[in-house]
Amino acid sequence: MTTPENAVPEPLDTREIVPVSTPWPLYWSIRRELWENRSIYLAPLGAAAVFMCGFLISLIGLPSKMRALSALNLAQGHANTPYEYAAVLVMGTAFIVGIFYSLEALYGERRERSILFWKSLPVSDLITVLSKLTVPLIILPLLSFAISAVTQLLMLLLSSAVLLGSGLSVATLWGHASFFHFSLMLFYHIVTIHGLWYAPLYGWLLLVSAWAPRAPFIWAFLPPFVIVGVEKLTFNTAYFFEMLRGRLMGPGAPTSAGGNPMDVMVAHTPLQFLSEPGLWTGLAVAALFLAAAARLRRYRGPI
Amino acid sequence: MACIEARGLRKSFGATVALDGVDLRVEEGRILGLIGPNGAGKTTALNAILGLVPYQGQLKVLGRDPWTERDRLMCDVSFIADVAVLPRWIRVSQALDYVAGVHPRFNRAKAEAFLARTTIKLSSKVKELSKGMVTQLHLALIMAIDAKLLVLDEPTIGLDILFRKQFYDSLLNDYFDRTRTIVVTTHQVEEVQHVLTDLMFIDRGRIVFDHSMEEIESRYFEVMVNPENVAAARALKPIQERQVFGRSIMLFDRVDRQHLASLGEVHTPSIADLFVAVMGDQNSQAHGHAAAEGAAQ
Repeated sequence: MTTPENAVPEPLDTREIVPVSTPWPLYWSIRRELWENRSIYLAPLGAAAVFMCGFLISLIGLPSKMRALSALNLAQGHANTPYEYAAVLVMGTAFIVGIFYSLEALYGERRERSILFWKSLPVSDLITVLSKLTVPLIILPLLSFAISAVTQLLMLLLSSAVLLGSGLSVATLWGHASFFHFSLMLFYHIVTIHGLWYAPLYGWLLLVSAWAPRAPFIWAFLPPFVIVGVEKLTFNTAYFFEMLRGRLMGPGAPTSAGGNPMDVMVAHTPLQFLSEPGLWTGLAVAALFLAAAARLRRYRGPI
Repeated sequence: MACIEARGLRKSFGATVALDGVDLRVEEGRILGLIGPNGAGKTTALNAILGLVPYQGQLKVLGRDPWTERDRLMCDVSFIADVAVLPRWIRVSQALDYVAGVHPRFNRAKAEAFLARTTIKLSSKVKELSKGMVTQLHLALIMAIDAKLLVLDEPTIGLDILFRKQFYDSLLNDYFDRTRTIVVTTHQVEEVQHVLTDLMFIDRGRIVFDHSMEEIESRYFEVMVNPENVAAARALKPIQERQVFGRSIMLFDRVDRQHLASLGEVHTPSIADLFVAVMGDQNSQAHGHAAAEGAAQ
């Protein structure tokens, strides 16, 4: 192409001076995820709200129950039960939200074609994938911990108010509930299991989400089933199944089913956890899955 | 330095060859129209320039390899790949926040000033906006980025004529400053005729026509030939002839303007007529070639 005389570019200094701001792509990408997926905080909040409704109704019978409890002098753990239920419900909800979020994360932007808009901005594929990993690995666990802790605190205060109102001592309740100890254990469980141990699970879901031509849910869950089935048929073994279960139940989980995964964690010291080889292989596998997801996103356009 | 420089650019999807050795050079400060029939390779060429697909051959955009240096390139290049790619869930204010947060060259005040001239509310979600408003929003975001290269792939498809006119007016008046480079593909060639500085036709993965608008104006002439001069005009070998209201209209390439003026009324051809003439020529050459091959066998 030729450049005629009259189209010679003007000197650069006639250009408007644009203030150059320091970009924070990861921070804004995470905020973007929260704008798009409001279920990240609405679902655990909803679960907590539903649980609180049930708890409020159960409060009616609390004074008589406490009288019976003191009279029978039951084991300490029993008064903890509703508090544990609250935590399990909120965190279970967050876990399910995390699964569906991860499967949709890199698939939805291709389906709705917005990937073309995101790719027109200077945000790398790796930053995008990391921002999407942050949600199930950091944001959802911390959020569900905060919601659980606030729910439990509310439950404790409401129970105390009811007991005081009916002229009973709250000492038994506060003694039994061991609220702060429980919160600490919950936080430990969240960091180790949801933050670190589950990393390869979310890595796998994000990889499928980046790759799947359609139906990421089926692509994510069918292959493990097929592998388990083929292994059983061919070798009559169940190593893959045991590996998956170990991943879901947490490190050092008993091979026979049963028990609350949180109980297992309580028995696990940080040192035991960090010396667990499964933790490190899991993190390595997660890193591989994420690198593959970021690489795949480069080649992917709208579907 | 050329803004875009490609040599022997090739890309195939399986057995389909989308780009068959494209050579092109776009200087800084030009507005290039890349015109071609469906499936000619326009979008593939743009995607290669934007680092969205891998390719074979040499390609430099602003001195960088778009595939390996894509992340850095995107600070200086912005594009509208298609209409309606803004995510439907995002609010206008969130879109501004996000682009301001990730793009070092985004001028938020400029985008807001542009939006203030429209009826778009900052609190609206994209899914609540009409198609034309979504394009206006996208344009407001893209035009507030101080990019060196802007790529527009069918930016006005599906929009009514008022929006299309407004779109190109905004582009010329508010954005283009002769240091930026713009590459645009469109089927609505009449609307870009007075916008472009350069014109390329692409067909079957090859560039078949590559001229500046000044060259076209000094080289191609369309003559509405007076009936008595038809034979004389045909002797000058027009590249295309068509009949309108019983008059012959002929398109000439590199024929003396004074001479043509004696045969009838002389105009600069429209891009559409030029396109039809060049593409028709291409097709007949291809057919002739096929026929020759058939005869040889």
